[in-house]
Amino acid sequence: MMMSPQTAPFSPIFGRLTLDSLPLHEPIVVVTFIMVIIGGIGVVGAITYFKAWGMLWRDWFTSVDHKKIGVMYIVLGLIMFLRGFTDAMMMRAQQAISFGSNEGYLPPDHYNQIFTAHGVIMIFFVAMPLVAGLMNYVVPLQIGARDVSFPMLNNFSFWMTAAGAVITMISLFVGNYARTGWLAMPPLSGIGASPDVGVDYYIWGLQVAGVGTLLAGVNLVATILKMRAPGMTLMKMPIFTWSALCTNILIVAAFPVLTAVLALLSLDRYADTHFFTSTLGGNPMMYVNLIWIWGHPEVYILILPAFGVFSEVVATFSRKRLFGYSSMVYALVVITILAYLVWLHHFFTMGSGANVNAFFGITTMIISIPTGAKIFNWLFTMYRGRINFELPMMWTVAFMLTFVIGGMTGVLLAVPPADFVLHNSLFLVAHFHNVIIGGVLFGMFAGINYWWPKAFGFKLDTKWGKRSFWLWVSGFYFAFMPLYALGLMGVTRRLQHFDDPSLQPFFIVAAFGAMLIALGIAAMGMQFYVSIRNREQLRDLTGDPWGARTLEWSTSSPPPDYNFAMTPVVHDNDAWWDMKQNGYQRPDSGFQPIHMPKNTGIGVILAGFSVAFGFAMVWHIWWLAAISLASIIGGAIFHTFNYDRDFFIPEEEVIRVEGQRNAALVEQG
Amino acid sequence: MNSAQSHSAAESSHGHDHHEETPHGSLKGYLIGFVLSVVLTAIPFSLVMTGAISDASATAVIILGIAVVQILVHMIYFLHMNVKLENGWSMMALIFTVIFVFITLAGSIWVMHNMNANMMPQMTQQAMANMSG
Repeated sequence: MMMSPQTAPFSPIFGRLTLDSLPLHEPIVVVTFIMVIIGGIGVVGAITYFKAWGMLWRDWFTSVDHKKIGVMYIVLGLIMFLRGFTDAMMMRAQQAISFGSNEGYLPPDHYNQIFTAHGVIMIFFVAMPLVAGLMNYVVPLQIGARDVSFPMLNNFSFWMTAAGAVITMISLFVGNYARTGWLAMPPLSGIGASPDVGVDYYIWGLQVAGVGTLLAGVNLVATILKMRAPGMTLMKMPIFTWSALCTNILIVAAFPVLTAVLALLSLDRYADTHFFTSTLGGNPMMYVNLIWIWGHPEVYILILPAFGVFSEVVATFSRKRLFGYSSMVYALVVITILAYLVWLHHFFTMGSGANVNAFFGITTMIISIPTGAKIFNWLFTMYRGRINFELPMMWTVAFMLTFVIGGMTGVLLAVPPADFVLHNSLFLVAHFHNVIIGGVLFGMFAGINYWWPKAFGFKLDTKWGKRSFWLWVSGFYFAFMPLYALGLMGVTRRLQHFDDPSLQPFFIVAAFGAMLIALGIAAMGMQFYVSIRNREQLRDLTGDPWGARTLEWSTSSPPPDYNFAMTPVVHDNDAWWDMKQNGYQRPDSGFQPIHMPKNTGIGVILAGFSVAFGFAMVWHIWWLAAISLASIIGGAIFHTFNYDRDFFIPEEEVIRVEGQRNAALVEQG
Repeated sequence: MNSAQSHSAAESSHGHDHHEETPHGSLKGYLIGFVLSVVLTAIPFSLVMTGAISDASATAVIILGIAVVQILVHMIYFLHMNVKLENGWSMMALIFTVIFVFITLAGSIWVMHNMNANMMPQMTQQAMANMSG
């Protein structure tokens, strides 16, 4: 596959796509492909057999309901998580056996694609959709709104994220993926060192998904600023909504930088420009600089919503008001701003010199102050609280213990001289997995366990949930503590083979940890399955199974399409708690017709054209690229002439739904 | 602010904004903006084409200054920005944007300048070009 573009065959119809592009010589990929085809036929067959296509299209794919879009985001994130985790298992297995004369089972060419795909998928198509899904689902409910500001745009954003995932997944079976690491740094990602399609798949997958992320960010900022219930001033917003606001501001400011830097890289690759080459005035270090100006805010985009989840969970399960609300808000805002002032700590060793490194080292260490303040706030919230160790609370406690370790190794790496020793080592790999798994992922699991009853009307099974929890947490420590030790011994990251046999035991322990995590994932799958099977026993009719504090728990579970029949009026930080204390009565009359946005298929259609566009650009199929780009622009313009985009839920329907709910509550007592 | 917040999602998704605060430009405002932006475009062009100032870096600084004024003209006359718009949120967003753009540009220049200064002599751009050429 390492042909230069000049000698590669090119046809006007198929571009540089030929039958040789199918990786038929890689047995692992072929077997995966066959499994995916069988699985795909099974899923399509099952949907057809149960005649579910119409339902899926009408109720889900074209839905502009923020709750359904939120659920779809999370489903996308969990599906892509299986792909990303499979990559992780393959790497752990390779590194556990590839010592001395044993070359392992993955050739370097394939191994390099796997670690690149693992990083890209886990960040862009697992963590981002999970975070976006939770924010989408919860924020409008928490602020007492009926939907987000721009519901159709919300649907489009989701499908663009999914389209980016599709483009990335296609690379598994048609052509290959980048071998460059998850940030595709030039000169390695330039046309000279990477002439084939891998980096192009990387670029177009991220560009398409980036459109979705950016628009979703704009949407949620507008929603939070403009659509809060009366009485909910900024300093009465729930902390999760605050964290969502900060995260989306970070998205809006940072993602254009990623788009621009990837656009410059594509110009280098497609149009023979020299922004990031070492010749003709270009400078590859500029790429490193720019991509980390996006990349550092990105990690805060992921962790801030997790902080928000923990704040809600701790207050709810300690049955206390959150300790230090305003200091939590200021900590979030300070982290938001500092997130832009630390990017150079990702390349201390590139050679900016002592002054620059000292500045960025200090700003990095300063971030640990607001973060530490948050940890203390959570601890003080728990102090003398009546703590109820339900699953979300268990994930939160595991987070606090694990994340503190990751935070401390982070401060250690922020010391430039230490970083010169540890950079690019497995110590770094252990550090960022420590904060991303122990922070973001545990936060998402806490959030899924916490809000699942709101979304579906029944709790998740505790027995399998606890099994999953213990397997995950212990698996994490087994998998990543050896990597800290290896990193301190000087083992660098992304190695496909080792010569020193004394290192092997550490890698075997790490592989064992990954096995435990695999069992944890299986237990989580069982948890979902058992909960859905036993949903009648786990049913919650109150809408407030945890005795929670914020507005989303004041509606039924699952909430009606319109969320709130009447807009709530807010008097306190913990609006729902306040309503409960003051003997809130659900209204049973005075309802009015509710104005709602209509479903639309335009998001799916435009995202479909975007997949075609990305694929065509990757393979230089210029006619298809032109047609699909014209279709995207034309389709978007065409949609602006669709004036049939809203309807009213009639008064009788609102009365019927609310009446049912009131009757159910009375029956419960 | 409350009246703007309490309306439903569907209403705000329409596009036609029915709260009074959205400004609309007047013909006079647009004409002033147009003339100003033409003048502010013509000056840099004439500076470069006539070579009125012999010092190239002074010319560059003047052009950058005029570009900043140009941005302000666009924001005031075409985007109708003012401090009260959207309860001050537009202004907040603008301040945030300015800070972020400043950090990005100034930081990048500072970082890249130091990278450049720390290059080994044989690693300069010219030497690299000669090596590969």
